[in-house]
Amino acid sequence: MSELPNLTPALPELFMAAVALTLLMVGVFMKGEAKKVTRFVSYLATGAMILALLLVTAFSTTAGTTFNGLFITGAFPAFAKVLILGASALTLLMSRDFFENARVSRFEYPVLAILATLGMMMMVSANDLIALYMGLELQSLSLYVMASIMRNDLRSTESGLKYFVLGALASGMLLYGSSLVYGFAGTTNFEAMAELFAHEQGVHGPSVGLIFGIVFVMVGLAFKVSAVPFHMWTPDVYEGAPTPVTAFFATAPKVAALSLFVFVMMGAFGDLAAQWQQIVIFISVASMALGAFAAVAQSNIKRLMAYSSIGNVGYMLIGLAVGGAVAHGVETQQNGIESMLVYLTIYVVMTLGTFGCILAMKRSGTHVENINDLAGLSKSNPLMAAALAIFMFSMAGIPPLAGFFGKLYVFQAALEAGLVVLAVIGVLTSVVGCYYYIRLIKIMYFDDAEDELDRNVGKEIKLVVAAAAIVILAFFIYPSLITDSAAAAAAGLFAG
Amino acid sequence: MFEIGLSHYLSVAAILFTLGILGIFLNKKNVIVILMSVELILLAVNINLVTFSTHLGDLVGQIFSIFVLTVAAAEAAIGLAILVIFFRNRGSIAVEDINAMKG
Repeated sequence: MSELPNLTPALPELFMAAVALTLLMVGVFMKGEAKKVTRFVSYLATGAMILALLLVTAFSTTAGTTFNGLFITGAFPAFAKVLILGASALTLLMSRDFFENARVSRFEYPVLAILATLGMMMMVSANDLIALYMGLELQSLSLYVMASIMRNDLRSTESGLKYFVLGALASGMLLYGSSLVYGFAGTTNFEAMAELFAHEQGVHGPSVGLIFGIVFVMVGLAFKVSAVPFHMWTPDVYEGAPTPVTAFFATAPKVAALSLFVFVMMGAFGDLAAQWQQIVIFISVASMALGAFAAVAQSNIKRLMAYSSIGNVGYMLIGLAVGGAVAHGVETQQNGIESMLVYLTIYVVMTLGTFGCILAMKRSGTHVENINDLAGLSKSNPLMAAALAIFMFSMAGIPPLAGFFGKLYVFQAALEAGLVVLAVIGVLTSVVGCYYYIRLIKIMYFDDAEDELDRNVGKEIKLVVAAAAIVILAFFIYPSLITDSAAAAAAGLFAG
Repeated sequence: MFEIGLSHYLSVAAILFTLGILGIFLNKKNVIVILMSVELILLAVNINLVTFSTHLGDLVGQIFSIFVLTVAAAEAAIGLAILVIFFRNRGSIAVEDINAMKG
């Protein structure tokens, strides 16, 4: 006689799954015009995400496992889930204005957003290769459809197709790696693996097959976080997908994939850090360099943000590289992960704000996305220009804005772990990055506009942009609000 | 007598996997071929999983392979759906025609 497992740790996920199915029914059977139905479903979905966020803080912060050890909760997954749910809810809120403008009212969009978010939550809670794969696929399959949600638009469908092909390839690589890891470790459970590797280390060292498997898993994960050299899908997908979808791609899935990357590397393969640290260092340096140099020549602002996000992933991977510095002790490793989580949080806030501004770029009702369209924004909409200037200065790393502290923490952690080269390259590439971030500010404030952008901006967008700007501006007054929870999350990763 | 062991199965899987990867990157004609290559990769993984499962005497690998089969079906369905809407807009599914954005 089998018993029902203790479901409390997975309560937020069960709630999200139930909401997704219910909203699908609501969307199908509700009477009224498509626009009203979509708006109703969209608001309900946003509310459900916020409710799930509260459930996570109430039920998932303490360490626990369920579903036969396939699903794990604790401070680290809970931190990631709060970020994911917050980012998903805000991007969903901002999407209404865009889709109503484009006359695309599909209630499937919020439902897909919920399913994708559910997949991400499963990913960060995965304690087993099977659970990891199922979560990752639930997320990816929803994201492919979201990218091509404007099905009459060539660029949207093309970005969906490109994302699908390269995403499927990445999943295949990850799976092949998983199968090798399973074969050579004899288990798919992360805890069992960690225990095994901790003891195996001294005798013969890890087998070649196992290292092959780990490398393939890392390639798959690097694809998902869009780190160089597996970034080639990012610019096209970010440019082609509808802007609210791009905003979503740049925030929540990034958080999920990076947290998963950290959890798999530190949790399951933590004792094999000597094998994977070099790879993380390489992809980190390559991402920072490509993010800085390739963005210079871009004229489309979404493409620019794609390269910017590649660069930012590079900075965050410095934190993971520090996490792999076993020789420097647990405290240094923990600092590395903490700095990465702080950077991740600040990155999400900056990106949400920036995409809010991009969503507000309209000329006589149609959305524009060229950088030169921003000319004269300081006169036509001074508040929006000021907000975008704050985000750009923050991304460029100008003190006292939050982005500066994010970089500072990461570089400090790198120096502490003796990764001086990483820190130096990081500083140099962020100087190059300044050029294109500040070029946007120059265009807004000093170039003359031929045609002004529209002044009317959706109220949700205004709200999100204002909130993000305040967080970025005020971070230095009370940084412990973010750093303390990041520290607790990083500590939770090393306690178990 | 020639005996077929673990390494032979793994070699078959590795060859299939490599063929799948090459099929995605070297293919210059048709997106359908890419979808087939993706399936080939997933089948290679399944061979790997089942081989290891019997070799280790552990059922987890076979359960994993059933999950992979299920997800592969869903993935193929979504891939074909996206391909259909792309074809409606572009009028072609040749790889060289996927070029509305540079890169």
